[in-house]
Amino acid sequence: MAFHQTAGAQRYAFADLRELMAKATPLRSGDALAGIAATTAQENIAAKLVLADLPLKALLAEPLVPYEIDEVTRLICDSHDAQAFAPIAAMTVGEFREFLLAETTTGETLQRLSPGITPEMAAAVSKIMRNQDLIAVARKIRVVTRFRNTLGLPGTLSVRLQPNHPTDDPAGITASILDGLMYGCGDAVIGINPASDSLAAISDLLRLTDGIIRRFDIPTQSCVLGHVTSSIELIERGAPLDLVFQSIAGTQAANASFGVTLALLKEGREAALSLKRGTVGDNVMYFETGQGAALSAGAHHGVDQQTLEARAYAVARAFDPLLVNTVVGFIGPEYLYDGKEIIRAGLEDHFCGKLLGAPMGCDVCYTNHAEADQDDMDSLLTLLAAAGINFIMGVPGADDIMLNYQSTSFHDALYVREVFGLKRAPEFEAWLEGLRITGPDGRLAPRNAAHPLLAAV
Amino acid sequence: MAQPPDRAPPRDPWTHLAALTPARIALGRAGPGLPTREVLGFALSHAQARDAVHTPFAAAPIARALADLGLATLSVESAAPDRATYLRRPDLGRRLSDRARVELEARTFPPCDLAIVVADGLSSAAVHAHAAPLIAALLNRLEGVSIGPVALASQGRVALGDEIGQALGARLVAVLIGERPGLSAPDSLGVYLTFAPRIGLTDAARNCISNIRAAGLSYDEATFKLAWLIGEARRLGLTGVALKDESDLAQLPSVGGAILPQG
Repeated sequence: MAFHQTAGAQRYAFADLRELMAKATPLRSGDALAGIAATTAQENIAAKLVLADLPLKALLAEPLVPYEIDEVTRLICDSHDAQAFAPIAAMTVGEFREFLLAETTTGETLQRLSPGITPEMAAAVSKIMRNQDLIAVARKIRVVTRFRNTLGLPGTLSVRLQPNHPTDDPAGITASILDGLMYGCGDAVIGINPASDSLAAISDLLRLTDGIIRRFDIPTQSCVLGHVTSSIELIERGAPLDLVFQSIAGTQAANASFGVTLALLKEGREAALSLKRGTVGDNVMYFETGQGAALSAGAHHGVDQQTLEARAYAVARAFDPLLVNTVVGFIGPEYLYDGKEIIRAGLEDHFCGKLLGAPMGCDVCYTNHAEADQDDMDSLLTLLAAAGINFIMGVPGADDIMLNYQSTSFHDALYVREVFGLKRAPEFEAWLEGLRITGPDGRLAPRNAAHPLLAAV
Repeated sequence: MAQPPDRAPPRDPWTHLAALTPARIALGRAGPGLPTREVLGFALSHAQARDAVHTPFAAAPIARALADLGLATLSVESAAPDRATYLRRPDLGRRLSDRARVELEARTFPPCDLAIVVADGLSSAAVHAHAAPLIAALLNRLEGVSIGPVALASQGRVALGDEIGQALGARLVAVLIGERPGLSAPDSLGVYLTFAPRIGLTDAARNCISNIRAAGLSYDEATFKLAWLIGEARRLGLTGVALKDESDLAQLPSVGGAILPQG
């Protein structure tokens, strides 16, 4: 179905919904790389004007990636809950934006609607929302998940402790873990990106983190971010694995480039559930995503990268994850060129994920070949905290010495807690206070070289 | 002027842990923020990494070092004409320039077991420092593996090796490439191994060894892994997610020692 719009003196034509969505997207380098971005500022707004008048039903009727060739589309269509969708079924995209913003639309309302909202609807409405809209709506929605603690409660923000080391050295990783714990971080997960993808190396790291968690009775979980097939194999070999990790994307072909299918993710989840290692809940999956992944794999089908990212959250929510992390600036300047594009993408991802019911965190980050710096990260971190994000990364000094990029630090977490009065997961907060790492106000207690945690090395 | 030392926030009282990792730990704090020395030290590291991205690739010294090892080289470039285009257009970095494609097509190469590609990637400093010594160490670990001419590729991405390997008639291609510079590691080298290289493969078809540099994975460790992967790839006829790196289970022999499990 073709669309037309007059804006100013010019009449614009959009051949189909896919083109309309791409051209309505706020400009970013990845869509330009794909050759699908609006070519002028006015064309971008003309597309938004058309999109605002589009019925939500049209997004349901015309899948952007064909049903026949893509299992993610099939998942989205087949699991769509028409009853949940009914209250918004008559709205246009523009009316949906206004509905989302209304004071009378509560988080509970949005949670009930969630199974009726497709990623294409979430993406479409986000394209006509300003940054403040993305924050104002997302902050209404809490997605609470549990494994050994409770993540995502109102007034909390959690941190993945990311103690990576370039050679997976156990002493080096342990040193970073202890530093992070002494800074009050690690309630989302202690999650290591292994330098080696060998099963022996991953198994050693699992035993290392499991040993620390058990020795100090820490109410948190660990994860080594290897491939799902490695996790399944290690579970069979008896490794102490809490969470199954996998990078995922919004098309079947992009997931194939990661070496995964929906069936394989299901198998991974069932393997983790069989261990029954969670104490307060059974959310056992940890997913990472990021705009540009499908394009990077040549698997984007001409669809804009932000819409495909929202489709990745539809994949994620089907597996009841503990954590979904958009690694927003990691992919590089060919997808998100500078601080402005990274900030916009981070807010879009968080909004779309929360609207779809995913427990969203964000790796607020950039690489050294992008036009961005730590000031941009401060801005995005502050905006996401205002938007009620579930978790962020805690990397020592914000410098990941294994993956070679900059993220947020243990100090950044202190900053954002101070500014917004945010607490950690309650079980973890109590553990920190019990060990006198923090005082009753949640702030760091005076440091003591004889602290029992430091005797671990 | 720097603050007098006794007025600066102290580091945390677990600086002994900092000796165990190059990570930025035990930094101390100023309220929720970093001490001034750490904020500005970080800014300087970032400035160095930014500058490293834009250092031009110098192929000639690498070609000379490889000639000393008895290896022929050929210079190619991707379809990205300059650094600015390279950063925004990775698709161009994955394909040969018209000139290079025509040159490779015009020549005939005897089929080889292994083609090696040295590409600048995002850190030419990494390949300047590590490519030739790594190849020298690898040669000591390979026996009965025929090696084609080494392609020195500017403005190259990993997948450029697929087109080069295909043109060279190689059974396997190993791409040695500069990884994106980190604050603490502006010269980290990665190696990507791909079986039956051809245009259109994805990263799921490759095995990767990363962080090869002085403070990371040593040449000895990296070539042990690489030679193990080459042996397994030849035995199984594949690379990628189906080939798990279990080289740790094989014992690392002493430097210059013999090879790998024959399968």
